[in-house]
Amino acid sequence: MLSYLVRRLLHMIPLLIGITLLSFLVINIAPGDYFSALKMNPSISPDTIREMERQFGYGDPLLLRYLKWLWSILHLDFGISVAYRVDIADLIAARAVNTMILAAGSMLVTWSLAIPIGIIVALRPNSITDRVLSFLAFFGMSLPSFFLAFLAMFAALRTGWFPIGGSFSVYYDSLPFWGKVADRLYHLWLPMIVLGIGGMASLMRLMRANILEIKQADFVRTARAKGLSERVVVGKHILRNALNPFVTLAGYELGNLLSGAALVEAVMNLQGLGTLMLDAVRSLDVYLVMGSVLIGSVLLLIGNLLADLALTLVDPRIDFTRLESAR
Amino acid sequence: MPERRSSFVVWASATLLALFYAAAIMAPVVAPYDFAMQNRAFPHCPPSSLHLNLSGDWGTGLFYTHPYVLADPVTRRYEEQISVRVPIHLFSGGHLFSTLPQDGKFFLLGTDGLGRDLFSRIVHGSRVSLFIGVVGVAISFTIGTLVGSIAGYTGGWVDNLIMRLVEVEMSLPSFYFLLALAAIIPASLSSAATFFLIVILLSFISWAGFARIIRGMVSSLREYEYVAAARALGATRWRILARHVIPGTFSYTIIAATISIPSFILGESALSLLGLGIQEPSASWGNLLADAQNVQNLVKYPWILTPGVFIFLTIMSFNFLGDYLRDRLDPRAMVR
Repeated sequence: MLSYLVRRLLHMIPLLIGITLLSFLVINIAPGDYFSALKMNPSISPDTIREMERQFGYGDPLLLRYLKWLWSILHLDFGISVAYRVDIADLIAARAVNTMILAAGSMLVTWSLAIPIGIIVALRPNSITDRVLSFLAFFGMSLPSFFLAFLAMFAALRTGWFPIGGSFSVYYDSLPFWGKVADRLYHLWLPMIVLGIGGMASLMRLMRANILEIKQADFVRTARAKGLSERVVVGKHILRNALNPFVTLAGYELGNLLSGAALVEAVMNLQGLGTLMLDAVRSLDVYLVMGSVLIGSVLLLIGNLLADLALTLVDPRIDFTRLESAR
Repeated sequence: MPERRSSFVVWASATLLALFYAAAIMAPVVAPYDFAMQNRAFPHCPPSSLHLNLSGDWGTGLFYTHPYVLADPVTRRYEEQISVRVPIHLFSGGHLFSTLPQDGKFFLLGTDGLGRDLFSRIVHGSRVSLFIGVVGVAISFTIGTLVGSIAGYTGGWVDNLIMRLVEVEMSLPSFYFLLALAAIIPASLSSAATFFLIVILLSFISWAGFARIIRGMVSSLREYEYVAAARALGATRWRILARHVIPGTFSYTIIAATISIPSFILGESALSLLGLGIQEPSASWGNLLADAQNVQNLVKYPWILTPGVFIFLTIMSFNFLGDYLRDRLDPRAMVR
């Protein structure tokens, strides 16, 4: 297992270099100059700017600049944001926490609804419940997350039951620890539901298809022939197998969640990684864009890795050699 | 167990899409007004009412509406003049439906903050939103098929190199990367040029996944005996690819293309909504929704959300159609 883990982690290095190089080339095609924007900003001292110009190789060829950026990143120095006038590492860390809470929460919403519904529907295929819910799933699948976010905002404004925008209250800092947690949840639960509903439909359909397929399997017939009770057949034989693909999916879902979260954040006015990235792109804050892309990719790759690892835990048929050859 | 969608739903989806695309092509006829025409006297005017003329006097047309009058310009409160009937003329003056200029305006779906007719803007915007899906899928699937089949058929280090590139593409946090890419679109560009740039960007981030699947299919297809036979008969590599191998992937391609169109439509909508795509005064379904990002507008003038309904209907139709095609053409091979 250790050697597998090391190999996977080493494999991430060329991927990350590829991703960041690509992003660096793209963002540098854009018209506008990061350092001239810095110089216009009176709150940043000329010394700091000169220091950064030296560090990130102002005026050097593109590739050299990329290498200098990479060198700084290896020293965990992400540079300074023009728009926010703070260290990019701090900024990203604060925002990434928000986005991760949102993503984790919405995943919880999705899974705790989609899996039971998928099971109920698949155990009685083509019943009225199945038809209605499957149709509704199509409905949910086709509803764009940003449109759902608008509808939720509209509902929030009309009813006044939900906070409108923002990730925490103005008096957040004066709250005790649990008060802070409660405040965050209060602000995030509507976005969590919005983001969660979007992923629900496709997951439910997948669960349904999985169960329907496994129901036909020989080992299910054997289990029934052995005289096992229906509860054991469904619980231990069918569900146990139908859930396996979902473990992998959880990791890969993370990528979609990051994208979806960015839009929901923008519409519902939350402070997350997505809105940070958006602001950075709008103000051509090159090193902030690079930092966000890098962190986003790292989150994605780690999510995939964790999913593969979790799969070996739940499915004893899959071991590390199998994973290696499947890649 | 293949899932049989009722044919009604499939036909309804196909009809709806046909209608939408026809309306997009004939936008200047279908839309009663120009997409940029501002009616400063009608900012955020609610949708006009539509009544069936039951008086028996068919000379004034089958439908009529009541005009709105801006009662309070500050709160934008409108009053409908029930006593006045404005006939709606069908197929006259080069428009599907219109009112006579001296009679008053007819806003089927209301207006935006500058008094522009929302329905006209949606119809004109559909040109961008609907065709971005088709053009984008065409480009990204062409690249995907080419790259994937070359990798799958050639194998060896070419395959290895291409697949590593594909892996980089697939590990990108696509939306973040799309935002970074959108930064290179200059705001001064014409809307046609912006359209093509967006299509190219969206294709650029979405060809990789498709190329990977095509590569898998091609590398198994090339082992078939008919391919070996073609090779033995002296067919060139390109001929084998074009005539014998790639056609074997078509049924998958058709399904995947139908299912992928929504993601292009959504990509454009998202970019334009965030102000990075199609710019005002040009319309697209995404940038029309940008108006609703203002909380005050959203709650006071909910009709500005209607472009979202059009996006939703289009995507749902493509999903139903794609599901139907998958059942009919390819019950097993779809992995995803």
